[in-house]
Amino acid sequence: MNYDLWRRKIEHSERFSKAEALELYSHPDILVLGELADLKRRLLNPKRLVTYIIDRNINYTNICISGCRFCAFFREDGAQGGYVLTREELARKIEETLSLEGVQILLQGGLHPTLPFSFYEEMLAFIKSEHPIHIHGFSPPEIVHMSRQSGLGIGDVLRRLRAAGLDSIPGGGAEILVDRVRQAVSPRKCSADEWLAVMEEAHRQGIKTTATMMFGHVETIEERIEHLMRLRELQDKTQGFTAFIPWPFQPHNTRINVVSMGGVEYLRMLAVSRVVLDNIPNLQASWVTQGPKVAQVALAFGANDFGSTMIEENVVAATGVSYQLSEKEIRRIIADAGYEPARRNMAYELL
Amino acid sequence: MDMDRSKGEPWWQEIRGKVEAGERLSFEDGLRLYQSNDLLAIGTLANAVRRRLNGNKAFYIYNQHINYSNICVNRCRFCAFGKDKGDPAAYEMSTEEIVGKIQKRRHEPITEVHIVGGIHPDLPYRYYVEMIREIKKARPEIHIHAFTAVEIAHLAKISGQSISDTLCDLREAGLGSLPGGGAEVFSPRIRERLCPKKLSPEGWLEVAKTAHRLGIKSNATMLYGHIESAEERVSHLLSLRRTQDETGGFMAFIPLAFHPRNTELSDLSNTTGFNDLKNIAIARLLLDNFPHIKAYWVMIGPKLAQIALNFGADDLDGTIIEEKITHMAGAETAQRMTRAELQRLIHEAGCTPIERDTLYNAILNVTQSANNDQPGKKAFAES
Repeated sequence: MNYDLWRRKIEHSERFSKAEALELYSHPDILVLGELADLKRRLLNPKRLVTYIIDRNINYTNICISGCRFCAFFREDGAQGGYVLTREELARKIEETLSLEGVQILLQGGLHPTLPFSFYEEMLAFIKSEHPIHIHGFSPPEIVHMSRQSGLGIGDVLRRLRAAGLDSIPGGGAEILVDRVRQAVSPRKCSADEWLAVMEEAHRQGIKTTATMMFGHVETIEERIEHLMRLRELQDKTQGFTAFIPWPFQPHNTRINVVSMGGVEYLRMLAVSRVVLDNIPNLQASWVTQGPKVAQVALAFGANDFGSTMIEENVVAATGVSYQLSEKEIRRIIADAGYEPARRNMAYELL
Repeated sequence: MDMDRSKGEPWWQEIRGKVEAGERLSFEDGLRLYQSNDLLAIGTLANAVRRRLNGNKAFYIYNQHINYSNICVNRCRFCAFGKDKGDPAAYEMSTEEIVGKIQKRRHEPITEVHIVGGIHPDLPYRYYVEMIREIKKARPEIHIHAFTAVEIAHLAKISGQSISDTLCDLREAGLGSLPGGGAEVFSPRIRERLCPKKLSPEGWLEVAKTAHRLGIKSNATMLYGHIESAEERVSHLLSLRRTQDETGGFMAFIPLAFHPRNTELSDLSNTTGFNDLKNIAIARLLLDNFPHIKAYWVMIGPKLAQIALNFGADDLDGTIIEEKITHMAGAETAQRMTRAELQRLIHEAGCTPIERDTLYNAILNVTQSANNDQPGKKAFAES
């Protein structure tokens, strides 16, 4: 039925409208979606490669004023278990990363109520002075928070962070880029427009970023598609997103009482993302939330990247979901699916 | 465009043609399917066969597992469950304990008790017969799905009777059907290396055939993901298919993913998602005379089991309490799932959940507690 039409559209690099994306999403057969996503993936990434990166998450603080309902990681200021990493802890984590051949740190943290802007600049400078490592840091909500706290504009915040050593920006905190949803689950976090504005400014300054989507909580399917549309629109303007990383909400230990999404809906969303986000080159499978088996299957549903070795991961682990994979395991899983595993950096250059 | 995909190749067209015409696949076809990494193409064929055989239904059961003893004289190398007698971790349950476990849950709508255990060196024959009789007495409406072919052959040996007479005794005591365990991989090479003391493949098939002749249904399994080759897997499946041609007594085929942790093969890796789904899909394609293919969620995890419903499987097994065998080998899945969870997984996979009894009869009047929204539609209750 629609399959041939959809296939032709993909073969001719024609864009899917919002209505078509919705229609695609509601197709009953996920294998059909897989075929279409695989076709798109092979057009965008003709080599039979699956990439991954050796890096570690460093969460410099878990103290956060945002209080998002989907988050099991944060602590309020003064609450037990709240922390800000010391320089020594930071240095140790980076040294460990380098010793494991890590090429990047993903540096993110809560929206801390009192840390001054100089804290972030000094942290970056400290890291760079000691270690030649790529710093992929500060998602848009953190940038917006720094801007509010310091009174600096977004552009200045980014310029100064970059001057201090920031290399690229992770796509976190996008959640669902629709304000109705943000109001419901993360009312104190930056708006959809603000998130996109940070990314637009970053891209304009030549800072590459990724984009994420956290789905499976209170959003509708239409809102998920809207999220894809807004990313696609910005990417048309800037070409600054290197990858899209959709991951299902993990409800345990959070204040949103929904059932954890199954594997089928994950693959469905992944496949639709691959077809619809025709201008974002890479799509990441989420073994951290889905486990290695489903993440491997995701390689047949449009994903061409296996994410990170995650020497350390704290945010998803706080929801009780804890998978671990060594680089050797990641390579084995990729090869087992018939692809060639390849190390990459944040810009998706092979190492 | 489809260069790296199997579906453009002549052998693939041939297999596809056979599947569409309802023709039987050959040994070579099976081998080619295993050698291909074209998961979507294999899945699409298997999914079509599943739909042809089972429509949009996907089954689950409300069941209880009892592993009466882990003491085992076979000590297969792939097993983390079996222990020697005298080992501090060894256990055996008395009939009273087993009946106690059944009694404790008598208010739950359990339809099946699934019983398997080790090959115990000295429990007497009457222990097994009484176990079945007492369970039946405690809960007469429950179906007793007990003793793999390996245990049945052992019981025949210790009772000094034929397989047939042993099965008749057990049936008289209340046995309903046999689970499919202990088949492993029928290849002599594998048996020699991994489970030399275990009942032979011929013995396993003989028990199944004898049961089927007596009207006792059974299941069949294959333990994959250790040292077996694709040829050995295909041979295994074709042995089962031949037996099924003779008797028609198998209900379901259940591919069992090997879990290496805590076994003598612990240097091997866990099975991958591709491997798990290929085993389900290829079984669906080769075993054209098996009504059901089960994605056993305890072994491969609920997420992948759900995905498997689009790759040829039509059954997720059940609610299960106290599964010990896979968990001893490091399975990280939960010990149980609720009816609502199973229904929701099936629904989200795009299928209609049907609660079944052991023999695949639909259980009527099941509360449809899971959401009944469209597949893919959001159905979340906010706190």
